[in-house]
Amino acid sequence: MTVSERVKTLVIDGRDVSARESQTILEAAQEEGIFIPTMCRLEGLSEVGACRLCLVEVKGSNKLLPACVTRVEEGMEVQTRTARLDRYRRTLLELLFAEGNHICAVCVANGHCELQTMAQKLGMDHVRVPYRAPRRTVDASHARFTFDANRCILCTRCVRVCDEIEGAHTWDIMGRGVESRVIADLNEPWGEATSCTSCGKCVQVCPTGALVEKGKAVAESVKRPNFLPYLKRTRGQHS
Amino acid sequence: MTLQSLIPDDLPRVAAAEQAAAAEREYTIHVCMAAGCLSQHSDQVKQRLEQQLQASGREHCCVKGVGCMGLCSAGPLVSVRPAGTLYRAVTPDDAPEIIENLGVAPVERLVCPTNRPFFTQQTKIVLANSGEIDPERLEECLAAGGYQQLAHALTQLTPVQVIEQVTRSGLRGRGGAGYPTGLKWSTVAKAGGNQKYVICNADEGDPGAFMDRSVLESDPHRVLEGMAIAAYAIGANEGYIYIRAEYPLAIKRLQTAIRQAERAQLLGRSILGTSFHFHIHLRLGAGAYVCGEETALIASIEGKRGQPRPRPPYPAESGLWRSPTLINNVETFANIAPIIGCGPEWFASIGTERSKGTKVFALAGKIANTGLIEVPMGTPLRQIINEIGEGIPGGQRCKAVQTGGPSGGCIPAEYLDTPVDYESLGALGSIMGSGGMIVIDERSCMVDVARFFMEFSMSESCGKCVPCRVGTAEMHELLARIGQGRATLADLELLQELCETVKYTSLCGLGQAAPNPVLSTLRYFKDEYLAHITNHVCPAGQCQFEEAELLAIEEQGVQL
Repeated sequence: MTVSERVKTLVIDGRDVSARESQTILEAAQEEGIFIPTMCRLEGLSEVGACRLCLVEVKGSNKLLPACVTRVEEGMEVQTRTARLDRYRRTLLELLFAEGNHICAVCVANGHCELQTMAQKLGMDHVRVPYRAPRRTVDASHARFTFDANRCILCTRCVRVCDEIEGAHTWDIMGRGVESRVIADLNEPWGEATSCTSCGKCVQVCPTGALVEKGKAVAESVKRPNFLPYLKRTRGQHS
Repeated sequence: MTLQSLIPDDLPRVAAAEQAAAAEREYTIHVCMAAGCLSQHSDQVKQRLEQQLQASGREHCCVKGVGCMGLCSAGPLVSVRPAGTLYRAVTPDDAPEIIENLGVAPVERLVCPTNRPFFTQQTKIVLANSGEIDPERLEECLAAGGYQQLAHALTQLTPVQVIEQVTRSGLRGRGGAGYPTGLKWSTVAKAGGNQKYVICNADEGDPGAFMDRSVLESDPHRVLEGMAIAAYAIGANEGYIYIRAEYPLAIKRLQTAIRQAERAQLLGRSILGTSFHFHIHLRLGAGAYVCGEETALIASIEGKRGQPRPRPPYPAESGLWRSPTLINNVETFANIAPIIGCGPEWFASIGTERSKGTKVFALAGKIANTGLIEVPMGTPLRQIINEIGEGIPGGQRCKAVQTGGPSGGCIPAEYLDTPVDYESLGALGSIMGSGGMIVIDERSCMVDVARFFMEFSMSESCGKCVPCRVGTAEMHELLARIGQGRATLADLELLQELCETVKYTSLCGLGQAAPNPVLSTLRYFKDEYLAHITNHVCPAGQCQFEEAELLAIEEQGVQL
């Protein structure tokens, strides 16, 4: 926070809220304990506004705005839970489940998967859209980690943490649309990607079972992405 | 003569010299050298005409390669001046006959009558020089008045006055959304920072649209002049033209034009001897449709993956390399010089209350006159289709008109009296778009039309946001099921819900507009969808139902 920064007051879900002008609607809501669903966002990484789960209704705007990148404004009136938003969010989750091969019962992330948790939280209990059942690869070439593209939701957290925090930029996206997929270096097996430092940050930030540590049981596979804000603080960077 | 280091006073002199040279010629034979006619080998026609002319020993005659003459379906086109005789579908073997008949009588079997509505009902501002000048010669552009408005703006007008003229003209963005151009310019002009950029969006990608390509192939200097005036108005000294690499001829002509203009000091440092500098760079798009979206286009120029980002901040505030950036479409820039030259009142007198000027359309699909036209805003669709386009070939009836490409919709035949302007097309669930106009006759299935455009959006989705990446693929799957006669009414309901979700939750315009072809066909042709689903019949007779019978039996079995 800079010295000259001003404080704005706004209304979120009928509650009067104050926030610094550099803050987003999401940050202001979180400080007040108001839940807004997110998937691609992770504190400590840059925002991309890609999952669209955090869309909120703002009075006076004919568009839904992503809370993770929209700055607070004086007098703003925000609705984070409406019947319409709930419906869209459930449909978006259905689309994510239909896109890949998410079979919770046989997944190492079962019980601590952000996608699974979000579905439970938002009441998405079945998928109406046709399952795409894509044939995707599993890359187990790395000594310590496995990448299972079937469980990838393309949130790009791994891409961002590798680039922004570790500085290796091993991961990136290849292809377009539903053909998009995460690749290591120039589409090489992860184990042969020379830029990878094997730091494991990507594994810790992955919301699903796409990136996992080898040799761990389901109960042991809990992700710990909380190192990110700590790392940024110790490096003297503002998150 | 090489044109170098021009100052404003040189322009009329060069123009007069070129006009005098043209006046000395007894006959000038224009041969279309734009992509449409070139694909029909108009270059060979031009070569044979030149050989024959030389062999005939006639003096004061010349053969000239020009830009698009509009009636692409009748190409290769050849026009003999000053008589104005137009020849259609000319082959190299016709050359001797054309040369022999110069000044005698037109070659009857090749004549294309020019007293038809296609030629008489158009108003040409953007295309004024298309088909008239050789796009590869700067002298001809100058003779047609090129760069005189830049000289006028630089020496007679302040940047604020230029913006004021554009604002008063009522010009709106020709890329599709119709944002007021003057407002955009003044926003960028007021933005802080020493470095600003002007970008010309030439990443034309709608199926069936070729307006920008034609303008760039036929009259590239007009776009450069418009960009330079814009740069002067907003305070930029660097400009980029982002053009798709699939347009090699337009790229070549732009490169030539930029080189010529820089040598003549019409671009580059100290333009026309003033203190204004403006450099234009070309950037070639690698075939991603989404790069026509402004934030994706900027990312692509910066060398990043061409993906949109959330707005705000808008490019006017934080664009290319985080500097304030003005992005306009090719046709928008092509309108600037005439507005400065003839005045904003003249421009505002053309068109409708809220849509001023003209619009270039690429007529395609089931229509007799395929090609490029320019009409005043507010021209009824019926006039465009039935008179200028001369109707549907083969005695078929018009079923719908598709405008706005994959972001637009289908306007049914009963609304053909709608005037073509931003608001009227929007009210019908379509959009003006960049100018693609595809005519659909009764033999086409509207479900298949919707599926075609959804397939396009699906394969062109960048994959960044969830609703567009997965939603378009799922909508395509449901449309394919309907087309194959294996969908249920529940699928139709799901399709409608997906349309709504994708429309309101997608990150950029591509995703937000992707459901439009489905929504508009559902609005006007729902009976066709229902016929596919409940009766397993395609009313247009286009869809194939190989498994439909089996499925119908299967369904009955379930019901029993």
